[in-house]
Amino acid sequence: MSEQVVPPDLERQLQAVVVREARLLDEQRLDEWDRLFADDGVYWLPASSSAQDPRLEASHLYDDRMLRRVHIERLRSAHAHSQQPAGRCHHLLQTPEVIEADLAGGIFGLRTAFLYTELRAGRTVTLPGVAHHRLRRAASGFLIVLKRVDLLHAGEALPAVEFYI
Amino acid sequence: MINSATRWTRAALRALVRDNEVHRAVYTDPEIFNLEMSRLFRSTWVFVGHDSQVPNAGDYFTTSVGAEPVVMVRRADGGISVLINRCSHKGVRLVSEGSGNLGRFIRCPYHAWTFGTDGALQNIPLRDGYDGTGFEATEARLGLARAGAVEVYRGFVFCRLSGEGVGFHDYFGESLSTLDNMVDRAPAGRLEVTGGMLRYMHGCNWKMLAENQTDACHPMVAHESSAGTTVRIWGEQPEGTPKPMAVEQFAPFVGTYKFFDNMGIRIWPNGHGHTGVSDSIHAAYSAIPGYQEAMVAAYGEERTRRILGEVRHNTMYFPNIMVKGPIQTLRVFKPLAADRTLVESWTFRLVGAPDLLLERTCMYNRLINSPGSIVGHDDLEVYERAQQGLQSGLRDWVNLGRLFHAGEGATSAEVVRGTSEAQMRNQFRAWLRFMSAHEEAAS
Repeated sequence: MSEQVVPPDLERQLQAVVVREARLLDEQRLDEWDRLFADDGVYWLPASSSAQDPRLEASHLYDDRMLRRVHIERLRSAHAHSQQPAGRCHHLLQTPEVIEADLAGGIFGLRTAFLYTELRAGRTVTLPGVAHHRLRRAASGFLIVLKRVDLLHAGEALPAVEFYI
Repeated sequence: MINSATRWTRAALRALVRDNEVHRAVYTDPEIFNLEMSRLFRSTWVFVGHDSQVPNAGDYFTTSVGAEPVVMVRRADGGISVLINRCSHKGVRLVSEGSGNLGRFIRCPYHAWTFGTDGALQNIPLRDGYDGTGFEATEARLGLARAGAVEVYRGFVFCRLSGEGVGFHDYFGESLSTLDNMVDRAPAGRLEVTGGMLRYMHGCNWKMLAENQTDACHPMVAHESSAGTTVRIWGEQPEGTPKPMAVEQFAPFVGTYKFFDNMGIRIWPNGHGHTGVSDSIHAAYSAIPGYQEAMVAAYGEERTRRILGEVRHNTMYFPNIMVKGPIQTLRVFKPLAADRTLVESWTFRLVGAPDLLLERTCMYNRLINSPGSIVGHDDLEVYERAQQGLQSGLRDWVNLGRLFHAGEGATSAEVVRGTSEAQMRNQFRAWLRFMSAHEEAAS
């Protein structure tokens, strides 16, 4: 993908998608969150920051629409004992930076450093990392084709992470 | 080594394990945990790694065996050493965590003492400074401590830390048939560790994980939220939608009691056993294009049918690994403290098989074993609640009595109903034996 200068208006629109995406997760508006993804959009949490192939390498999550649906519905299940009491999460974002732009093709890549915190039953998990969003222009705005989350601790022993980072 | 006095005499340990229940102290007591490290994890055969991780001379992989930090290294003669990762001089950890190549010798980063890949002390700078100092009689002169015995079985590396004890084949016996089946599933007859390992911290005792591997009364309850939700959402898909591999993998977790009861459990001596004798959650996966053909070319029709017809679910190799032949994963339950366990989940490539099989293996590992797995969240929650609940001092016993019968464990390779807790009891019989046999002899 070629790097091009992105007009300031467009840059702000792209950044707004990333900021809104994190807010919807933190507010647990997960149906709206899921609709930010294109039909073929994928959420990816690799187990190594150097991972290239989600099919043949370890990942913590690689969720298409159906698996996101399952994950979201499971959080709401009366049988999800790990969510009793219900947990919450918090994203602290740095300014998203547009690092790839294909103006003609309508494809854009953004890099956003973050600090993620998950609170559940009095226990706190804090994980720093970088989110990579690939966005595609659509009639309704921009849709997420891929959200790849590279944790600083991707390859370390992790505690349970129950929400989408 | 200096053995501190323990209140856990042989008689006291024996009083913790009854036919059909165990005392909560086996999960909560730090002193018992320390005894597990100095007795059980030294006298049993413990998984170290796989020979595909160290193909060339000098290649190494660091891990732990019980409480001991070890390095598995390929020697120039082609053999594999399991060395304690501690310099014989000042105790410095010699080899960095992870894997790589050491070259022809191991060099300490502190004072440049060097050791061969067999652990022998090779050289010390200014060695004449030790002349006449009595060095020859010191422990430092012995080089690195090393496992008492190492066995590479069809690529899987195990060690027994103690210099004396049960032999490898006596210890594992017929249970090796699960490893055989996993290797035989490769058209080339060998496996490679690949894909990357998932590492997941659990706030519970390691034995809770070991027991859960053959607990067929929990999936339809604990995994209702994850697998049950998957089945419901899959049911909402339009007619004719191709069934995704993820649904094939999740759905059997909410099989009925009857399904799990019928699959059966086979019990072997020394704490080993497996679920899925006649059926399992791995039995109904879709065929992988090209795989059957590659297998038949390698083994012929009849042998291929026998290899692929074996669909064992979870095989527990006592004390702390579980192997799934049909899906090519291995899990290690590494004890860190009485209430802390590191779970490593490994994936293997069947050499000579299509990539789609490795893709299926990696998917299973991700969906079931990762720190992001919803199935894993269900399990971890109940383990940690149990660890917390067992702090209560008003009840002392944990019940493992389901389908117990007198004389259990007297015959080898006994097959029992799938919902029996017989394999958990089998593990505790082995636990008691290896915990109490070395009361005076711990080296």
